[in-house]
Amino acid sequence: MSLLIGALTMGLMLSLLAMGVLISFRILAFRDLTVDGSITLGGAVAGMLIAQGHSPILSTFAAMLCGALAGCVTGILATRLKINGLLSGILVMTALYSVNLRVMGKSNIPLMNETTLFSMVQGWAKSEDRWTFLIWQAPLQDVFVLLQLCVMIPVVALIVWAYFQTEHGLSMRATGDNPDMIRALGVNVDWMTVAGLGLSNGLVALSGALLVQYLGFADVQMGIGMVVLGFASVIIGESLVRSRSLGLLLIGAIMGSLLFRLLVAIALRWGLNPNDLKLVTALFVLAALVMPMVLARISRPGKTQTLEVAPDA
Amino acid sequence: MLKLVDLKKTFHPGTPNEVRALQGVSLTIEEGSFVVVIGTNGSGKSTLLNAVAGTFLVDQGKIELAGQDVTGWPEHRRAKFIGRVFQNPYMGSAPHLSIAENLALSARRGEFRGLNWALKRRQLEELQQQVREMGLGMENRLTNLIGSLSGGQRQSLTLLMASLKRPDLLLLDEHTAALDPKSADQVIQLTENLVRKQKLTTLMVTHSMQQAATLGDRLIMMVRGQIRYDFQGAAKKRLTPEAILSKFEEVRRMDLLDESAAELLRQRYV
Ligand SMILES: Nc1ncnc2c1ncn2[C@@H]1O[C@H](COP(=O)(O)OP(=O)(O)OP(=O)(O)O)[C@@H](O)[C@H]1O
Ligand SMILES: [Mg+2]
Repeated sequence: MSLLIGALTMGLMLSLLAMGVLISFRILAFRDLTVDGSITLGGAVAGMLIAQGHSPILSTFAAMLCGALAGCVTGILATRLKINGLLSGILVMTALYSVNLRVMGKSNIPLMNETTLFSMVQGWAKSEDRWTFLIWQAPLQDVFVLLQLCVMIPVVALIVWAYFQTEHGLSMRATGDNPDMIRALGVNVDWMTVAGLGLSNGLVALSGALLVQYLGFADVQMGIGMVVLGFASVIIGESLVRSRSLGLLLIGAIMGSLLFRLLVAIALRWGLNPNDLKLVTALFVLAALVMPMVLARISRPGKTQTLEVAPDA
Repeated sequence: MLKLVDLKKTFHPGTPNEVRALQGVSLTIEEGSFVVVIGTNGSGKSTLLNAVAGTFLVDQGKIELAGQDVTGWPEHRRAKFIGRVFQNPYMGSAPHLSIAENLALSARRGEFRGLNWALKRRQLEELQQQVREMGLGMENRLTNLIGSLSGGQRQSLTLLMASLKRPDLLLLDEHTAALDPKSADQVIQLTENLVRKQKLTTLMVTHSMQQAATLGDRLIMMVRGQIRYDFQGAAKKRLTPEAILSKFEEVRRMDLLDESAAELLRQRYV
């Protein structure tokens, strides 16, 4: 039972990562690799500020802002300086590794008894309190944290959804869908891309900030492979909702993230070596990308089809 | 009003691929005038329209639009004045957004886009009314994705999108060339109606002699990056498709003459 609750909690926090990846990869059609760096940046900033005794709400907002800034830098490299989008992300991600070490001062910050975003609901129960459901038991504090996230994450998703229904948000969607058209309608496509990457990486950093507060430490290595993980969740979500409607895609990203975490928990339970997790994730994404092509080949031999990865902006 | 003064544009200058696409184009189009542009392939018609729209900046010359010097303006800034329909029906709309969303986006062409709802109920009814007036039976499908429409339907919508907010200049670049004859007729009909009703200043490129003869009140013919002929008023009214074809023939003969003369010179002196 605590395994299940742990997986759901992680899944909800990482669904913010998936939403961020959804925005860059799918809505903006920009393959943004900043993510590995910006999720750590979010964790580092939040961890450092909280360890210094700052308010967790303030620290979390600061983390988001820093992540957004990192995304904007990638956007500026790609649009104003005309550097290839993939390379822009790699450059910022690499630079962020050093930045994160600078922010943290060392490679790991433990959060011992600091007040975090989850402290309040955790305070509603004592650490030895148990929640019993039929034959299963789980620490009551963990249940409260999960419930808090069950409110928080949908609220964030709702805000993101609402933004994409506004004039600005709709222009951003059009920017990824048909830049020629939206430029002819008077939108500065370059700055729209910068703003979109800012929003995307802000969400990713928020995810990192929550993770750090839940796990109780910030680590400079925590971002490795996160972009693939986020992408995996997006792919699962898309196959679950089978729709291009934005609301459903956001719900899909959350469900995909939850499902992915559950699968990971089960695999680990069955004895998967945690060290192999990233390899398995990468293979999973590879399979998901190649599958449609293979299926199409089988049903219509002779015809080739390209990988369904969004083209670079 | 649109005023072009001695526009020049060279692609890939100083390389073997150098193309002098515009070689000094001057043109003044009066308010409300409908100008048809014809010319051989590669004569610079699209380049001229792109130069006006700001797809690239010209090497030399001046572009004045709606009383402003826009020569150095980027494309998205000029969009405030310009409505555009491209040759490719897929270029003018966002396939994964709904018809209503595409229309709403174009209704704010060139304006500030903030955090107001993009689709307000009242505006939606207005848009629906305008689609109904087009008479293509799409008014009850506004929530469908544009990508699900045919090329002709998309081009009709793009035309409506270009004129939802009245443009100071409408640019049409062979906007019926990629359509089947029936859709092309429909789109031309729609173009005529829109231009007449809103008295739009229009610059339209076409390869159809029929369209060139019947549409517009002025016809210019481009050859090698320059305006070779300019028919206005009564001269334009008298033009028949045959007369235009014979002009093309004339141009072809003169060019052949030029080439053979050059060949002669080469043989003699090189
Ligand atoms: N972006 C560009 N880069 C390089 N060369 C270009 C570019 N755009 C146009 N050209 C060249 O400029 C010349 C004029 O092209 P343009 O497209 O304006 O001709 P056009 O009159 O529209 O022809 P068509 O009837 O085939 O559409 C051509 O030789 C073309 O290859
Ligand atoms: Mg052309």
